[in-house]
Amino acid sequence: MNTTIMLFLIQDGITNGAIYALLGLALVLVFAVTRVILIPQGEFVTYGALSYAMLATGNVPGTVWLAVAMGVVACGLDLFAMRRALHVKKIGRTVAINIALPLAILALTYSLASAKTPIAVNLVLALLIVATIGLSLYRIAFQPLAHTSVLVLLIASVGCHLALQGLGLVFFGAEGLRGPALSTAAFTVGPLRFTGQNIAVYGVTIAFMVALWLFFGTTLMGKALRATAINRLGARLVGIRTTLSGQIAFLLAAVIGAISGILIVPITTLYYDTGFLIGLKGFIAAIIGGLVSYPLTAVAALIVGTVEAFSSFYASNFKEVIVFFLIIPVLVLRSLAAPEVEEEKD
Amino acid sequence: MTNRWPLLVFALVMAVIPLIPGMPPFWIVLLDNIGLAALVAMGLVLLTGVGGLTSFGQAAFCGFGAYTTAVLTVSYGFSPWVTLPLSLLVSGIAAVILGIITVRLSGHYLPLGTIAWGIGLYYLFSKLEFLGRNDGISGIPPLSIGTFRMLDPGTIYYAIWLAVLISAVLTMNLLDSRTGRAIRALRRGHIAAEAFGVQTPRAKLLVFIYAAVLAGLSGWLYAHFQRAATPTPFGAQAGIEYLFIAVVGGAGYVWGAVLGAGIVVILKEILQSYLPLIFGGQSQLETIVFGMLLVVLLQLAPTGVWPWLMSRLPFRLSRKHPDTAPTLPARERLATAPSVLLHIEKARKQFGGVIAVNDVSFDVQAREIVALIGPNGAGKSTTFNLITGVLTATGGSISVLDQNIDNAPPQEVVKLGVSRTFQHVKLVPDMTVLENVAIGAHLRGSSGAVSSMLRLDRSDEARLLAEAARQIERVGLGDQIDQLAGSLSLGQQRIVEIARALCADPVLLLLDEPAAGLRHMEKQRLAALLRQLRDGGMSVLLVEHDMGFVMDLADRVVVLDFGTKIAEGVPDAIKSNPDVIKAYLGVSA
Repeated sequence: MNTTIMLFLIQDGITNGAIYALLGLALVLVFAVTRVILIPQGEFVTYGALSYAMLATGNVPGTVWLAVAMGVVACGLDLFAMRRALHVKKIGRTVAINIALPLAILALTYSLASAKTPIAVNLVLALLIVATIGLSLYRIAFQPLAHTSVLVLLIASVGCHLALQGLGLVFFGAEGLRGPALSTAAFTVGPLRFTGQNIAVYGVTIAFMVALWLFFGTTLMGKALRATAINRLGARLVGIRTTLSGQIAFLLAAVIGAISGILIVPITTLYYDTGFLIGLKGFIAAIIGGLVSYPLTAVAALIVGTVEAFSSFYASNFKEVIVFFLIIPVLVLRSLAAPEVEEEKD
Repeated sequence: MTNRWPLLVFALVMAVIPLIPGMPPFWIVLLDNIGLAALVAMGLVLLTGVGGLTSFGQAAFCGFGAYTTAVLTVSYGFSPWVTLPLSLLVSGIAAVILGIITVRLSGHYLPLGTIAWGIGLYYLFSKLEFLGRNDGISGIPPLSIGTFRMLDPGTIYYAIWLAVLISAVLTMNLLDSRTGRAIRALRRGHIAAEAFGVQTPRAKLLVFIYAAVLAGLSGWLYAHFQRAATPTPFGAQAGIEYLFIAVVGGAGYVWGAVLGAGIVVILKEILQSYLPLIFGGQSQLETIVFGMLLVVLLQLAPTGVWPWLMSRLPFRLSRKHPDTAPTLPARERLATAPSVLLHIEKARKQFGGVIAVNDVSFDVQAREIVALIGPNGAGKSTTFNLITGVLTATGGSISVLDQNIDNAPPQEVVKLGVSRTFQHVKLVPDMTVLENVAIGAHLRGSSGAVSSMLRLDRSDEARLLAEAARQIERVGLGDQIDQLAGSLSLGQQRIVEIARALCADPVLLLLDEPAAGLRHMEKQRLAALLRQLRDGGMSVLLVEHDMGFVMDLADRVVVLDFGTKIAEGVPDAIKSNPDVIKAYLGVSA
């Protein structure tokens, strides 16, 4: 091996790792607040990426209709839940969020969709679509289960993943898509070529990490989210709206997932089912980080990315095997270091 | 199982189905698939529903079973019957390796870990040269007995369903045994189980291996049914589906696995064949509906279909009451036993900067009732946890009958004859009173998992249950013996805990707030029971807040305040001790 190849692999690894770090952060965030292990995170990635890619070709992605449909169901559930105490203000709020907002996005998408739409507009539209889907997903699938065990939430999460991935095939077809790069700038340092896309990946990852750190450390809303994570009942008793916390967590996760997708779709071709694997690699990072630590997750994601890059060079056949078995030594270390939690669980 | 008729009827019905004239072969294939899925799901019932360990990776164990027989029969010409034990062995060994790593993980790490190695193994299957990579291995010989070859779905049907029936019987036998109770205590109440000598890590590993072997059996059958082994049926998707089957059927019920497999396999078939007719040729529509149904089902019926069905049965399956005649050998008691039963010397426990127990020393003599009292947060329960090995002490030494038990695990402490109850009741709510109490006698039985499955444990089991029934009678809960522990009042649950502790045949009984939640008459009955136990030669150390109860009952009282012993003596002396009054009332009265 020479230094150039090594540098290339490291650069590749760090770029991938940054994406995994973003996803890992989102997974940690959602788990910490709602105890949901968000398997459909991968679908947020593909929905964001492929919606963006379709918008770039001037087509309207089916996801926008899904956002509307899920909004309608979420609104119906809201109305049903408050059927004994219908207040105009509350009804107005749920209709505005669940029906008016997706419809507005739908109208916006149809009016703006053309091959000449600027990249930035497509990006924002794709983000909006996935964000509303994320919001409704929590309302429909997880809010009614919020009090149940991690296991039940996990199985529900798998169910959402199956449904969303199947819908992904309907919306985007079996063919892979690539999207336009966010920036065509490029420069070289020594043997390495840095594209604007690389820089965007690094920049967005770092920006999100800092933003999340500030959000959870310094804002009242961030602290409320953490409180919900630790004790739902206690949080409710001091006046934190736990359903709102869950919605915010899912909203953030959807946005982060969609951004990750939009960042990588110019680099690699994405298929409707690619998100699952990408999401799972984010998982490995999140698990290494213990599902609680943001910095540890970020470091772990970079390791996962680098290991993946090197193993695809040396043993490309066994790339996935190596990456997924990376978790085993980590689990061993964890089980040796931390004796089993003695709390009785349901 | 007391009632074998439903099982026999089921076996007969299943045996007759393929013989019905005009039975479409397609239905038989469907039934074959149901049987194969039911085997895996049955393992998951034990692992997830009963043991509380969620695995998304069971499909990989099917893969071990299928590929083992595929390689050995195709490449090396082994007979399928020779590869059966080998397939099970390979799945089992894989489970031991993965299990040692993963079952120690608590909560959500376990399912996530299983997803990760499940996918890793799938890629391994699809990349390895000798497993035929993505194409897999084809041309696997069919099962055959003599010259009779099980080529068509209608003949291997019998092999599959025989396996299902045998596995179901073995699994139910296992659950209804000493080992089974240990497994059922894993999900809820494992701390209590450990306090009675159950090795919970070993029980977890056991169910993990058991589930993997069942999956391996399913894989072996699958390979000889399909006559080929390809990676796809052993991937992550399949692993998820098996868990789905278990949840749909009712994750805690053996027959739920069979029912769930039936529902899911048929539902998938219907979705696959009819959805394209309704919505056109779009593929994967069934996955969408499937995923949505999963979420809806969890929201509407989180416990699954089987318990729902059973609760609608017009009759109840009756339980046989244990014969109280068989007896267990009592603990050997030395004639020249030392008079000091429990000796605590400067025991200390720090949680970070907080000193919960601060160099506390006291003794419990033989045939004595000692009360440990003090205001909330005085360190009473922590002292209990130090004695019983639930917590490790920061310093000091504790000995029972002159044997040092510093930092011995709970399982060792109970062997010396120290058994306990808990401040927060730790019973398994979905087990009957009898079964809960029988956990207390865990160390007095000896049958293991295999003898339980084969029902070779009956005499051992009868002795354990008889002992449990006697202790339940002794504490006065004979009428509640068959009720679920979770359905009793809190006060009664505390009494059940005492019966469970008595089942261990202790020399020293540790009771943590036994009278809390009891009515006046019940308290008097409890006091009488404890006196009777003391007169029979047992010692009791109890933590209690009811002063009337304590002062009336105890021979000696030890008072803790903020982790420090402030007084010790006979009840009358304690009542007038100024330090004690100050600790309780804040000022010296």
